Amino acid sequence: MLILTCPCCGVTAEETEFHGGGEAHLTRHGPDSDDDQFHDYLFMRENPRGVHFERWRHVYGCGKWFHAARDTVTLEVFGTYPAQTTEPPQHIREAISARRPGWSWRGLS
Amino acid sequence: MSTRLARGGRLIDRARPVEYRFNGRRLTGFAGDTLASALLGSGQMLMGRSFKYHRPRGPVASGAEEPNALVNLGEGGRFEPNQRATTTELFEGLTATSQNHWPSLDYDVGAVNTALSRFLPAGFYYKTFMSPRPFWKHLYEPFIRKSAGLGKAPTQPDADRYEHFHHFCDVLVVGGGVAGLLAAREAGRAGARVLLMEQTAHWGGRAPVDGDRIDGQAAEDWVRHIVTELEAMENVQLRLRCMGAGVYDHGYALGYERLTDHLPGADGPRHRLWRIRAGRIVTATGAIERPLSFAGNDIPGVMLASAARDYAVNWGVSVGDRVLVVTNNDDAYRTALVLKEAGLDVPAVVDARPEGGGELARRAEAAGIRVLKGKAVAKAKGGKHVTGAVISSQAGEGAMLEEIACDAIAMSGGWSPVVHLWSHCGGKLSWDEAGAMFRPDPDLPPTGADGAGFVIAAGAANGHLMLGETLRDAAEAGARAVSELGATPASPGALPAAEAPEEAPLFPVWMMPQGAGHELRSKAWLDYQNDVKVSDVRLAAQEGYESVEHAKRYTTLGMATDQGKLSNINGLATLAQRLGTEIPKVGTTTFRPPYTPISFGAIAGEARGETFQPIRRTPIQDWHEARGAHFEPVGQWRRPYCYPQGGETHGQAVAREIDATRGSLGLLDASTLGKILVSGPDAPRFMDMLYTNMMSTLKPGKCRYGLMCSENGFLMDDGVVARIDEQTFLCHTTSGGADSVHAHMEEWLQTEWWDWKVHTANVTEQYAQIAVVGPNSRKVLEKLGGIDVSAESFRFMDWKEGVLGGVRTRLFRISFSGELSYELAVPASEGRAVWDALLGAGEEFGATPYGTEALHVMRAEKGFIMIGDETDGTVIPQDLGLDWAISKKKTDYIGKRAQMRSHMADPERWKLVGLETVDGSVLPDGAYAVAEGRNANGQRKVQGRVTSTYHSPTLGRGIAMGLVLHGPDRMGEVLDFPKVDGEVVQAKIVDQIFFDKDGEKQNV
Ligand SMILES: [Zn+2]
Repeated sequence: MLILTCPCCGVTAEETEFHGGGEAHLTRHGPDSDDDQFHDYLFMRENPRGVHFERWRHVYGCGKWFHAARDTVTLEVFGTYPAQTTEPPQHIREAISARRPGWSWRGLS
Repeated sequence: MSTRLARGGRLIDRARPVEYRFNGRRLTGFAGDTLASALLGSGQMLMGRSFKYHRPRGPVASGAEEPNALVNLGEGGRFEPNQRATTTELFEGLTATSQNHWPSLDYDVGAVNTALSRFLPAGFYYKTFMSPRPFWKHLYEPFIRKSAGLGKAPTQPDADRYEHFHHFCDVLVVGGGVAGLLAAREAGRAGARVLLMEQTAHWGGRAPVDGDRIDGQAAEDWVRHIVTELEAMENVQLRLRCMGAGVYDHGYALGYERLTDHLPGADGPRHRLWRIRAGRIVTATGAIERPLSFAGNDIPGVMLASAARDYAVNWGVSVGDRVLVVTNNDDAYRTALVLKEAGLDVPAVVDARPEGGGELARRAEAAGIRVLKGKAVAKAKGGKHVTGAVISSQAGEGAMLEEIACDAIAMSGGWSPVVHLWSHCGGKLSWDEAGAMFRPDPDLPPTGADGAGFVIAAGAANGHLMLGETLRDAAEAGARAVSELGATPASPGALPAAEAPEEAPLFPVWMMPQGAGHELRSKAWLDYQNDVKVSDVRLAAQEGYESVEHAKRYTTLGMATDQGKLSNINGLATLAQRLGTEIPKVGTTTFRPPYTPISFGAIAGEARGETFQPIRRTPIQDWHEARGAHFEPVGQWRRPYCYPQGGETHGQAVAREIDATRGSLGLLDASTLGKILVSGPDAPRFMDMLYTNMMSTLKPGKCRYGLMCSENGFLMDDGVVARIDEQTFLCHTTSGGADSVHAHMEEWLQTEWWDWKVHTANVTEQYAQIAVVGPNSRKVLEKLGGIDVSAESFRFMDWKEGVLGGVRTRLFRISFSGELSYELAVPASEGRAVWDALLGAGEEFGATPYGTEALHVMRAEKGFIMIGDETDGTVIPQDLGLDWAISKKKTDYIGKRAQMRSHMADPERWKLVGLETVDGSVLPDGAYAVAEGRNANGQRKVQGRVTSTYHSPTLGRGIAMGLVLHGPDRMGEVLDFPKVDGEVVQAKIVDQIFFDKDGEKQNV
């Protein structure tokens, strides 16, 4: 059972206080997208062994969605950040690079 | 024969005899006994029978690792199967029965399995019972059922109480032996908050039994002193009878405390589950002795050398008058010495090592014990009890050198560190060649949120089996735990000085003798509880089950309630030998919590009966209860299903409620209906994304029925939306869907359209809502007085805010029944008063409260869909003929793109129609309409299914809705619906609106 810190209200709490929401930083594709784009948006998910960006909601707390950067193997949490962003912010990327030198994701590092 | 010795027993109080019953026999033990020590003291070595072959079995161990001595404990509401006699503390009036035998423990019919054992090899379930098919019913299944299962399931509700504790500490120390005590003291002296738990009822672990000395004192005295010191520390908590059950992510751990198992009838909870968050977890869980694999090693009287020693030292019990000791290491000589000192005969120590042992071996010889070097027990002899042992050379194939008469055999195959807790959350192991054991790999611990290891193994659990090393390692572990948490370890004092004899190296022995042939291997047990022998594991390897995880499942090695505590390493070594590889290459199976079985009661804690889950109550719930409503669960609500009167059946009550409503006036508590406010400058735009309809064009004061889909196009909820003002909408949702719909809205607002100015509020419980339904509904509202409800000024799908009967009310003219109908929303605090007022004013109209079933039948009569009946997560609005509620003008809404996918637009998708049985009966719910032909699996093809089905009292016949291939184009066709019993019901495809097609009743 993980421990996460909600970046909205600042509470550090047990996993049971949160609800996982799958992969973060998906781009929504609407009615003007083609079949492949929509298919990928709806069904295709990364499943990395290592650094991963996830959506979480502080469901039994402030109710806000946020993102967590986490290692799926060691369970290390590099940081959490508000969901109102399309990519991991600089300080999160730096925190990951400090622990996983040479790391990169969608051209970011 | 086992018996009570005249002297000794550090844990028992001979002044306090305790009476108990075993298989109906009245026996006596002493306070401080375990059930196992008491039984042995009473001469009862035979305690159970094995799972597969029903072999007679006695205890092999003296603690948590025991595989054989499982009993049914207690009676009635306190009956529990599979309790280990070795960890059950004796108490006055204890009642136990042995398991897995018929008709009696001494004479068991199933033991015939032993004779058949060569026909029951590894994987026999898979091989033997394949065919022929008819044999299953008459031969295989009865046989398996008769012989399968350990113990009996309880039949009565648990009479005890259980609880959970949430606990936070800096350092959790698991294990109260000398290592755990010392690690806890190091951490405690540094000021850390420490929780120390020990699974047994006593501190000190094995050290007091082993007879070594610490700081010039007997280990027992040293333990007493350090416990006193720890008890004086305010930052240290100590718990006996509390097992570290599991270690999980980020320093989470479970402790299982048995509070009153030994004090039946005492106040307070029986078990307590500790839910712990610790900064560091020190696992000082010790080590478990391994059996030796020789033929007949499961005969009652063959046990671990440490167990034989424990029974003598701790409980003053001898396991036999003539105890042969067989070993591959020095530790077992301690047992020989203890037994000799107790006045028992030790005919020999059979040492597999050609060079023999060290200091302890010399002491044994000095005590007059015969020591045989390089020798093996080729075979234990005896049936229900050991009678002797055939001695051979360890290097050979088992040729008899001599036979030694004995009535017990104490064996030691070396020690395995208890690495379970280290491994639960991903800690890795390394193979120690010299010690022939897996030990924690300090470079690969389980890691926490900060990426650092959070488990530290200490002492024997870390592979340090000698007392001096154990103490040094434990002190280091305690200091490391606090320094890793940022505290300063207390200034290192002198390490406690251990006085223990030097031990000679162990010699790995995985089969005794080394060259044993099949005959001997097929009598050498690895897993006692599941009856897995050396020959079974070898056969599995030969048949290609080379992966340890496959071999485990094929043979069931380590899959019994003891989870292979004694058998795993011996099994791995056997597999490795057969595969011609090294043990670390074979690897271990996965260690999973809990360490030993914990009670269901402890897991449930307080969550049972009334406190199982919160129940949501409407403001009118008391009235429903007083009226004798029959309730049904809807989410966490309990809604009245119907209100039976004077001996009515539920069906009769529902019919009466419908007749009264359609004939005059019905009242429904609709407070559970979801009510979500969506407000803000961008609310209209957001509503257009949420619903398939165009909601932005809805005028204030008007209502509109809307559909809500998920992003993959499926219909997820429906309800009436009322526009409050330009920027505010009130969304009604289904009763069960309010919370998930609100979460759905928030998810989209927070994670996709976070720049839109909208906020939402779930106000479901702020309002009581009452549906006033039927031809006289307008009249009763007029009697209450206030809001003008005349037909001209208050039209269908209007809503108004005002005062009604003196209460501030939102009044909606909407209908889910086809009747003239209103819904009143009033502040929750006024709900009961308004309900009572409606009943009073409606008395002259025969106002009749109705429940959810009448609601469902009336909506089905009108062909209205119900989320959860007509939808199941695979249905889109277009399937239900709801195209009229899907905007063609909007460029986007949630689910729109998905509904354009080829499968969603497929004309072959089943569509909603009405179904009318030819004979007027009620179609079975969920029944399928069959089509011509069969599919690839030989099953009848299908062309539709029933989604809702009821008896309509209004029409006096069965009505149904269903999804049917090309349904709307096949009006009048008759379909066949086979029932489970094979009988076929025929039903005609009809329009889904069965009653008042033109809506004349509601347009008045
Ligand atoms: Zn929060």
